[in-house]
Amino acid sequence: MIELKVLGQGENTPSGGGCSSGGCGSTNDQLSHLPEAIRQKVFNHPCYSEEAHHHFARMHVAVAPACNIQCHYCNRKYDCANESRPGVVSELLNPDQAVKKVMAVAAEIPQMSVLGIAGPGDPLANPERTFDTFRQLTEKAPDIKLCVSTNGLALPAVVDELCQHNIDHVTITINCVDPEVGAKIYPWVFWNNRRVKGRKGAKILIEQQQKGLEMLVERGVLVKVNSVMIPGVNDEHLKEVSRIVKEKGAFLHNVMPLIAEAEHGTFYGVMGQRGPTNDELMALQDECAGDMNMMRHCRQCRADAVGLLGEDRGEEFSMDKVEMMDIDYEAAMVKRKAVHEAIEADLEARRKQSNEALVTLKNMNTTETRPVLMAVATAGGGVINQHFGHATEFLIYEASATDVRFVSHRKVELYCSGGDTCGDAETTLEKIVHTLEGCEVVLCSKIGFEPWGMLEEAGIQPNGEHAMEPIEEAVAAVYLDMARNGQLDEPKSQAEARELRA
Amino acid sequence: MALSIIESCVNCWACEPLCPSKAIYEAKPHFMIDARKCTECEGDYADGQCASICPIEGAILDGHGEAVNPPGSLTGIPPQKMAAAMAEIQAR
Ligand code: SF4
Ligand code: SF4
Repeated sequence: MIELKVLGQGENTPSGGGCSSGGCGSTNDQLSHLPEAIRQKVFNHPCYSEEAHHHFARMHVAVAPACNIQCHYCNRKYDCANESRPGVVSELLNPDQAVKKVMAVAAEIPQMSVLGIAGPGDPLANPERTFDTFRQLTEKAPDIKLCVSTNGLALPAVVDELCQHNIDHVTITINCVDPEVGAKIYPWVFWNNRRVKGRKGAKILIEQQQKGLEMLVERGVLVKVNSVMIPGVNDEHLKEVSRIVKEKGAFLHNVMPLIAEAEHGTFYGVMGQRGPTNDELMALQDECAGDMNMMRHCRQCRADAVGLLGEDRGEEFSMDKVEMMDIDYEAAMVKRKAVHEAIEADLEARRKQSNEALVTLKNMNTTETRPVLMAVATAGGGVINQHFGHATEFLIYEASATDVRFVSHRKVELYCSGGDTCGDAETTLEKIVHTLEGCEVVLCSKIGFEPWGMLEEAGIQPNGEHAMEPIEEAVAAVYLDMARNGQLDEPKSQAEARELRA
Repeated sequence: MALSIIESCVNCWACEPLCPSKAIYEAKPHFMIDARKCTECEGDYADGQCASICPIEGAILDGHGEAVNPPGSLTGIPPQKMAAAMAEIQAR
């Protein structure tokens, strides 16, 4: 236990909080400026805690179809692109159906702890529908935390009503604080019974967002800020946004990449505006991080997503299936309580364990070695338990001489959907390999012969030796192996040059 | 005179609660305006409320059957550009 003090995790560690596994060097520092009550909220939060999100489940319901602004990365034929991936259409529910669905999911998936309303439009542009859902749930399932995402335009007007519900946190998408920049992102807003276009409209939106942020912080509500990084439009500007929202008390600033394809029919897609590369995105995330805590979990799930990290069980809970279910709500709540307590106890135990694993890394005296990015395929549970071909996203970890930290996740297309027809597997595989650019290792439970070869060719080492092991520990172990084999002596640029030659 | 909603409506519900005359109603396959009730918002607002919030170009027509929000007016995408992009996608 002496080693724990080396990491500064000794007697000063607040009980129940402490080190967030691999985030030791990052999460803990990132949260250190926050009051204890907020840190506690974040620690077991399925969306924000680096480890809790492997164990607790969350869901969204699509009850809010209308929107009061237009974003250039959104096509209103689909769900809100702030919260879903573009091109997605969710099953629209009325509040009664939504409540029924949430109660069913919470009974079937006892890990369920957060319900979000994120679309398909703007929840606060649909106040009756959103608040009716919240009102019913606060009453029927008080153990479920509620969250809401908004563009912020209607926020000041409804903030007091919002605070009457069991609201855990609010996400505001803020892409700019300068109307000149805003005019390039928002063609219009609907305000005071008029459609207001261009710079004027953007100015109104910015004012309302900032006012809403201030009002929520005053009322003690957790506020997360999301931003969409649009190269050449707001990329530099987001550093300023980050500084301002932090000053005003947002607990987290999450930068997401613009996704723009012509087939989505969005302004950016059709006009050929590109999204950021993985490198650009990570550089900006690092820059904005500064002393602001910034975790990178938000994965733009669908507005009707259901389940644990990396999984979407929405299909099992379509409204017609929910109507058929016979559920004992009382018993479900009791079971949920037991499951939640067990998860919390398990997380606590893991925190202790991974402290020890990291100490080994710390003692290696590897301060000279360069950091390495590794991609991990997981179906949840904090372990490496997914076949390479079944991964729809990879978690990206950075191992360095001092720690292992989660940095981002990258979505990929399935190249193998299980059957014997893998379609145009080859091109999809190429895309996946491209998505993993910058990583040197891929950790998964298993991997096919073909992808193995392609990854190796691209200078990415596939590794299936750590199946079922906890992610952070496996990443640390691989990093140590690389250090021992001298693979880290050569600077990354040389490693890259070698890749290019290959 | 009355406004009307046509098939490009995406059923987003944005217009319905705004109508001062309660002329808009949910219908299949898309929302409709009751022409007998629609006042074009005269006396209530400067602009027709439904057409001021509707995000879909061309979904709402004025009394002469013209789109209140013609192509390009809301998204800023020049119609030729949109046509070219769609043609390219078709060709793939
Ligand atoms: S123009 Fe005004 S009165 Fe007519 S349907 Fe639209 S909102 Fe209602
Ligand atoms: S606002 Fe437009 S798209 Fe939405 S329901 Fe009304 S007419 Fe349809």
